[in-house]
Amino acid sequence: MRALVDYFREVPPGDGAWALHCLLGGQRRRLLTSLRLRQICLEGSGLPAWLFDDCYRQVGDSAETIALLWRQAIGEDRAGITVSAGSVASLQRWMEELLPPLTTLEPEPQARAMQELWQGLEPIELLVVNKLLSGGLRVGVAEGLVVQALAQLSGLEPARLRHRLMGGFVPTATGLAALLDPIDDDASLSSRPYPFQLACPFDAERLEATAPTSWQLEWKWDGIRAQLIRRGCQCWLWSRGEELIHPAFPELLELGETLPDGLALDGEVIIWPPAAPCPQPFADLQKRLGRKAPSRALLAQSPAAFVAYDLLELGGCDMRHEPLRQRRAALEALHQQLLAAPSPARAGLLRLSATLPLQAWQELEAQRSGARAVGAEGLMLKDLDSPYLVGRRRGPWWKHKLEPLRLDAVLLYAQAGSGRRANLYTDYTFGLWDRPSDAGAAAGDGEPSQPPVLVSFAKAYSGLKDEEIVALDRWIRSHTLERFGPVRAVQPVQVFELAFEGIGPSKRHKSGLAVRFPRISRWRHDKPAAEADTLAAAKALIETVGPPRSAALRHPIG
Amino acid sequence: MLPPDGLISLTPQGLYCRAADVWIDPWRPVSRALITHGHADHARPGCGTYWAIGAGAGILRKRLGQGIELHSLDYGEALQIGDAQVSFHSAGHVLGSAQIRLEAGGESWLVTGDFKRDADLSCAAFEPVRADVLISEATFGLPIYRWSPGAQVAAEIRTWWQSCPQRPSVLFCYAFGKAQRILAELHALGVEQEVLLHGAVAALIEPYRQQGIALVPTRPLSALSRDEPLAGRLVLAPPAAQASAWMKRLRGAQTAFASGWMAVRGARRRRGCESGFVLSDHADWPALVATARQSGARQVYVTHGQSDVLARYLREVEGIAAEPLQGGGLAERGNPDGEVGREATADDTGETGAAIPGDITIGEATAGDTTEPGAEPAEPEGAAGLINVGLINADPIHADPIHGGEPREALP
Repeated sequence: MRALVDYFREVPPGDGAWALHCLLGGQRRRLLTSLRLRQICLEGSGLPAWLFDDCYRQVGDSAETIALLWRQAIGEDRAGITVSAGSVASLQRWMEELLPPLTTLEPEPQARAMQELWQGLEPIELLVVNKLLSGGLRVGVAEGLVVQALAQLSGLEPARLRHRLMGGFVPTATGLAALLDPIDDDASLSSRPYPFQLACPFDAERLEATAPTSWQLEWKWDGIRAQLIRRGCQCWLWSRGEELIHPAFPELLELGETLPDGLALDGEVIIWPPAAPCPQPFADLQKRLGRKAPSRALLAQSPAAFVAYDLLELGGCDMRHEPLRQRRAALEALHQQLLAAPSPARAGLLRLSATLPLQAWQELEAQRSGARAVGAEGLMLKDLDSPYLVGRRRGPWWKHKLEPLRLDAVLLYAQAGSGRRANLYTDYTFGLWDRPSDAGAAAGDGEPSQPPVLVSFAKAYSGLKDEEIVALDRWIRSHTLERFGPVRAVQPVQVFELAFEGIGPSKRHKSGLAVRFPRISRWRHDKPAAEADTLAAAKALIETVGPPRSAALRHPIG
Repeated sequence: MLPPDGLISLTPQGLYCRAADVWIDPWRPVSRALITHGHADHARPGCGTYWAIGAGAGILRKRLGQGIELHSLDYGEALQIGDAQVSFHSAGHVLGSAQIRLEAGGESWLVTGDFKRDADLSCAAFEPVRADVLISEATFGLPIYRWSPGAQVAAEIRTWWQSCPQRPSVLFCYAFGKAQRILAELHALGVEQEVLLHGAVAALIEPYRQQGIALVPTRPLSALSRDEPLAGRLVLAPPAAQASAWMKRLRGAQTAFASGWMAVRGARRRRGCESGFVLSDHADWPALVATARQSGARQVYVTHGQSDVLARYLREVEGIAAEPLQGGGLAERGNPDGEVGREATADDTGETGAAIPGDITIGEATAGDTTEPGAEPAEPEGAAGLINVGLINADPIHADPIHGGEPREALP
């Protein structure tokens, strides 16, 4: 914090703007690929390619491997002869003058120019330059901390700064000055969304001390969190990732254009056919994402809707300081008003996220268990008396997700991770049995039955503790059956319980199944591989929890 | 692999010289052992007679027992054992560390043990030795590893420590060698403040002072009264202390780790310290290559860590006949055979243990800190794998680290 404040106070604004851009994780175009950087390093150093690759396996990051190898490869004698322009250049100069022209050069001059830049740089500088070139610079500073530092520097409220940062920051001295200006630039703010309020995972102990009726209970929708904004006869749809997503959802833009001016709605984009009682699974939404101009057929097959759950601005007035119960009342009134006349809203493009009754805490679990049937992933609890806050605050908003589905699967393949997990086998593929192990016995005599076979089912990367990762890594290295490039096939003996949010049929996977957000929930040291689950058990899960049917609908949805 | 009829061959107990009837750093009790240095994965108890450098004798007796039969040698002293001429030459690794040269039948072999070529105020400097056949370590056998001078790293450590007067500074480093090297370098920088020590480090200070090595003033942390403030103090502790209850007293301290592995960011992040200082007692890449080249050896065998990589580089780029000597008994050198649970084992095998190909042992796994995450164990497949199978069957300690106790699966 202190370092950030000091830095931004001292630094020339042009550099500060670029530094802020990097700190906020602003991505810029990749100027050179890691592969090209490797090639230039190999050409310039004369190192054998296999040696570079062995080093990469240890380091897990191309930019860093080059940074460590370059000094080594060119040797002391050649280092320091040329002091490159770069070693004393400002960040702004690097970003605007030194790096961008490299892309347009022919391969040979490009390699020469790159090597000249590298020359005379310390490994740490070299690392940063390579990261900037390959578009992979990430700084481990939380955005909140950066905003606090800027708030301390400028005397502005963090929430206000966050609002100004929403939708992107232009890394120029003017951009930085505008960000820190004591007076709001309304024109610039008009296209920007409000900072989103986020929920914390459910904390039963804390909630049970409160009155159940002081909470607004809603479904937790499995879509994309977004703000639909209508201002000055224009319309924007912003995702929580601060991207403008309306090109992918032209029907929602059309909806927005029929809304009254000076309006900001917080809600969820989700695939929900007008006449359907509940939304389609997330997989259908994925088909729509990233498509600039979706085809007529796709629009008809997977029509999007905006499920509104909060009203942040009405008639051009910021409503965020109002308590939720009043914002909700205003939202409901608005929705009623829109339904009165034929409109996209009436056609089902704008839906009001239903609220659910909650008289006593005992009812909560019953409500939650209904989530799958309506295509939701759990419940949301929002304090009816709370204003709309910035970011994740413990207290006013809680999310209570469904228990994940679980299966016991056998580790089949492993691959090394990168970065912090470089050189550790941390990317795992798991399999399920294609039939129960006693199927042969049950089939009785006759022809000899095939023994059961493990079929790849899911990949998972997370869920193990650091000690477990290290132990499993050792085990993998000493129990490898076969190697396919970076992938090792291991003895199929280790069983893991996998947790996942959803399961559905898939043509793309060998198992015929696709799972959503799989992760490891437990290492089943106690379970032999023969007792792991079967594909049939996985398919049975689809049937019990699968895509919602209209008959399963238990609560009306507006 | 080593030829069975060579001057040195590989036996289940380790490297063996028939002409002298001695083992070098054996990992099982044998009658006669030449010891390169006192780290627990090189010097093991239970042997009949030991030969080692006198400067390290104090440490060796501390670890193996005061009653061991130990012949103390000087560097360069010529010795006749059986039919072989034997001499010990400074390895620059830690106090009393040696390379061991054996000569018989007109042929000379050199076993480097662990070595480094960087200046180190706490031990004698590395001596280049020529031999017909070289057996070299390769813990840091990748060109990404290249060390800065120890004095420079010590200055960085001093800055890190002294710019934090409001908190204690805990520096994790191996208890035998690294810790004393840092204390000696700090002394040379003119540091006069007392440095506090974890018990494992404190136990090994006296042998250094007895050898006339100048260190900053030190005191065991345990000798301080409970209410004495620790803000602004530097404390040296072995890596195993990082996750132990011992750290309670130092709550809120800034922490750092000093090791060659810290050269790579991924390893630094995994270690979970705020800072990492790149300081190693092993040879970096240029030193490994230079040593192989200068030895004039017609054949090089590479062991520990990145043996495949270094051997291939020597072969293909330097034109030196070289091959990995991986797996086998040498792979087992990180195995704290018979020393499981001894604090010293967990404390000082760190860097060496890290480089052990593929098969880390239970003792280390429970100690938790001897295995470096940055280490790429060599591959357990192929010839090495075959040897390992034999060892696994023979050696209960060599069990599957995950399931503990009995080995559950043989190697493929």
